Amino acid sequence: MMRRAITLALGCVLSAHALAETVLIRGARVHTVDAAGTLDDTDVLVRDGKIAQIGKALAAPEARIVEAKGRPLTPGLFGGLTALGLEDVSAEVGTVDHAYTPGALAPPQPMGLRPEFDIGYAYNPASMVIPVQVAEGITFTMLAPSAAPGGSLIGGQGGLATLDGRSIDLLPTSKSLFVALGSGAAALTGNSRAAQYMLLDQAIRETRGALFEGERLLTVAGRETMAKYLAGGRVVFYVDRAIDIRRALAFAKKNGLKPVIAGGVEAWQVASELAAAKVPVLVDPLVNLPGNFDQFGATLENAARLQQAGVTVAFSMSGDASHMARKLRQTAGNAVANGLPWDAGLAAITANPATIFGATDRGRIAVGQRADLVLWSGDPLDVTSLAEQVWIGGDAQSMVSRQTLLRDRYRPQP
Amino acid sequence: MRLLHATIAVAIALSLPVRAAETPYPSTYEVPASAPVLIRDATVLIGNGERIDEADVLLRDGRIVAVGQDLASADAARIVDGRGKFVTPGLIDVHSHLGVYAVPAMTAHNDGNEMTAPTTPGVWAEHSLNPNDPGFDAARAGGVTSMQILPGSANLIGGRGVTVKNVPATTYQAMKFPGAPHGLKMACGENPKRVYGSKGTAPMTNMGNVAGYRKAFIDAQDYMRQQDEYTKKLIAWESADKDERGDRPTAPKTDLALDTLAGALRGEILVHNHCYRADEMATMLDLADEFGFKITAFHHGVEAYKIADLLAEKGVCGALWADWWGFKMEALDGIQENIAFVDAAKNGCAIVHSDSGEGIQRLNQEAAKAMAYGNRAGLDITPEHAIRWLTANAAKALGIADQVGTLEAGKQADVVVWNGNPFSVYAKAEQVYIDGALRFDRNDRSTWHQADVMFGMQKEVTP
Repeated sequence: MMRRAITLALGCVLSAHALAETVLIRGARVHTVDAAGTLDDTDVLVRDGKIAQIGKALAAPEARIVEAKGRPLTPGLFGGLTALGLEDVSAEVGTVDHAYTPGALAPPQPMGLRPEFDIGYAYNPASMVIPVQVAEGITFTMLAPSAAPGGSLIGGQGGLATLDGRSIDLLPTSKSLFVALGSGAAALTGNSRAAQYMLLDQAIRETRGALFEGERLLTVAGRETMAKYLAGGRVVFYVDRAIDIRRALAFAKKNGLKPVIAGGVEAWQVASELAAAKVPVLVDPLVNLPGNFDQFGATLENAARLQQAGVTVAFSMSGDASHMARKLRQTAGNAVANGLPWDAGLAAITANPATIFGATDRGRIAVGQRADLVLWSGDPLDVTSLAEQVWIGGDAQSMVSRQTLLRDRYRPQP
Repeated sequence: MRLLHATIAVAIALSLPVRAAETPYPSTYEVPASAPVLIRDATVLIGNGERIDEADVLLRDGRIVAVGQDLASADAARIVDGRGKFVTPGLIDVHSHLGVYAVPAMTAHNDGNEMTAPTTPGVWAEHSLNPNDPGFDAARAGGVTSMQILPGSANLIGGRGVTVKNVPATTYQAMKFPGAPHGLKMACGENPKRVYGSKGTAPMTNMGNVAGYRKAFIDAQDYMRQQDEYTKKLIAWESADKDERGDRPTAPKTDLALDTLAGALRGEILVHNHCYRADEMATMLDLADEFGFKITAFHHGVEAYKIADLLAEKGVCGALWADWWGFKMEALDGIQENIAFVDAAKNGCAIVHSDSGEGIQRLNQEAAKAMAYGNRAGLDITPEHAIRWLTANAAKALGIADQVGTLEAGKQADVVVWNGNPFSVYAKAEQVYIDGALRFDRNDRSTWHQADVMFGMQKEVTP
């Protein structure tokens, strides 16, 4: 109820903003990440926060003109599976909210599986970490709860956040349940990955009404949450080993879930099955070393091979994903350097993650889409190119962050 | 080799402090025989700030013979067409934990931090160094030819680092860079006080950290006095009348920990100091002055840009990341212009380091980012200048600048041929020569070394 009230109040703020500015970006190299492909020397008209027109020699008398001078214009970038707005300083527990871990308290608190845990309630749109990423072209991210020591293999629910500093709610159609499998989660399941299916199976039986004597895994709210996902909801499985990916696919099929694979270090080894089942994969293209015994198949060609096989690929960083979200486009560039077509590299941080997580309003430059845009100094996947202007919902974002303020204070005097 | 052993034997017989050049666990690295190589018509970034277009590079007998236009070599067995390609010195990473935290990251591979006491200068990273780490192969494919392997940062004084040539090997001695001085790893800030403070033992605070360093160096000074007194007595005894001089003075017992700190105080062991905050770095510079040693480089130094002039004035390098920040309070003020601002100070010494099995594979991209952000901030940094951050400046910080780090005649032929401008995400090291021998060729699978640990586990080898 309270949440609905907040949404209504916010709605007024948003509509006020939506009327703010009409912008005509002229003469850009427009990477639409859509059927239109890349359009040189093209204009994009932004009105009421959306893309109103794309074409040559557009005119709009009321518009503020931005001369792109041939520079690349892309959709706003995806930040990956992150804790942006949920984690300010990683090592400071009081600034971190992305994992429910009562077992890590002293004394440890008992917990079963809590799929109802929803990290949206912790999201702080004013986090100082967000402007740092926005100034680098990141406009949306998937907030992902973690399965951490003291918690369970079901991390809880997350969703897409729009990083305009104002939007509070996660995109409703993006809601997803996060489940960790494999050796990374074995310590949460009695030190065997086999127990992961034992626990998930019991949770499903409880949800479907089986009555148990004694201890239950799920609360009433947990069963209600699970029921939603068992009706075809999106479940993100963190899983790396090829055989574990196969088992996750089979489990999802059997139980009517809509799976997304995250991590997927060995996903290329089961690419044809992923493609056939139309299951998308989020990988970190830089992972080419075996961090553990689930990752011996690690290769820089993972993304390229998945894409070649017809799998929908998106990217997400494996380490310090929130502070380093801006590095995601560098990982995309590396995927391209290792065989992924350039267009697919850009799609993996724009259109593909939007599609994977149920956002139809972003990730492409097309008429009617949100005007989440980035104007770049050069090739957006190269490390020497920088974001020059970022728009979210048609609003030009401030390119100031605590980092640019520090830069300007300590800039060397000539 | 026999001569070296004889020298050590003499030193031990006299019980004199063991000098860096005579340390035990000697290098067994040998320069392999290689045929002369002529790289033609490439863009060459020398490593000293110069760039030569359409230049040739001639390697022979493990050394760089010449760099210039229209070189001729009748005996060059391998001619490399360098058109469209860039040639740089082999990259050098001053901060790696490959081998001491080998992958796969199993508990048995946690060999980097001797977290049993806050000061452990007696431990040597090389004694933890497992050459069977696929990270070395991945780093080589990224153009890294030398690196310093350091202990971790849990301790105030973590132990000695070792510099290696990035060649496939079964023993670390076969990688050890001949003649390179040891490093001494020291750490400021949050890590030591968290590790020990959480156990209720010292240090628990930054002031506890500093008291810990001071106590260690006071002990080292005392140790050196005892060594000096003994040496004086020995000299007096040897020059005294044989009938009247009595018993030969007894040498004080060698203390592994204090021996390392004495080496640092004498300048034979180079101090590499993990330190994030500007104020803490300034405190460490005062500590160095108090005891008369030199800090060679601050590592990580996310706030180095705040004291760039002070670092330059003191001749201390900043070995830095391009963009890491925010993972703890002392990393909160990290900015992407850090490397460029440290570099911009007069006589500034900026180094791109990795501290990461991923980062070491693409130090060139890290440098490219630092260059781009520096230029946006109004600096004018060129690739030929920025390449110094991962070659010459790194070599200087490791005490090996007379041997590697630039493509100058007479230096060791550690050379990378890139498929294009290395300051790009798309650039790849195509050929990597170490002492003139081709150790990695992206177009020749037979050079793609696979670590033993990967056998039977990895389905397919990719560079």
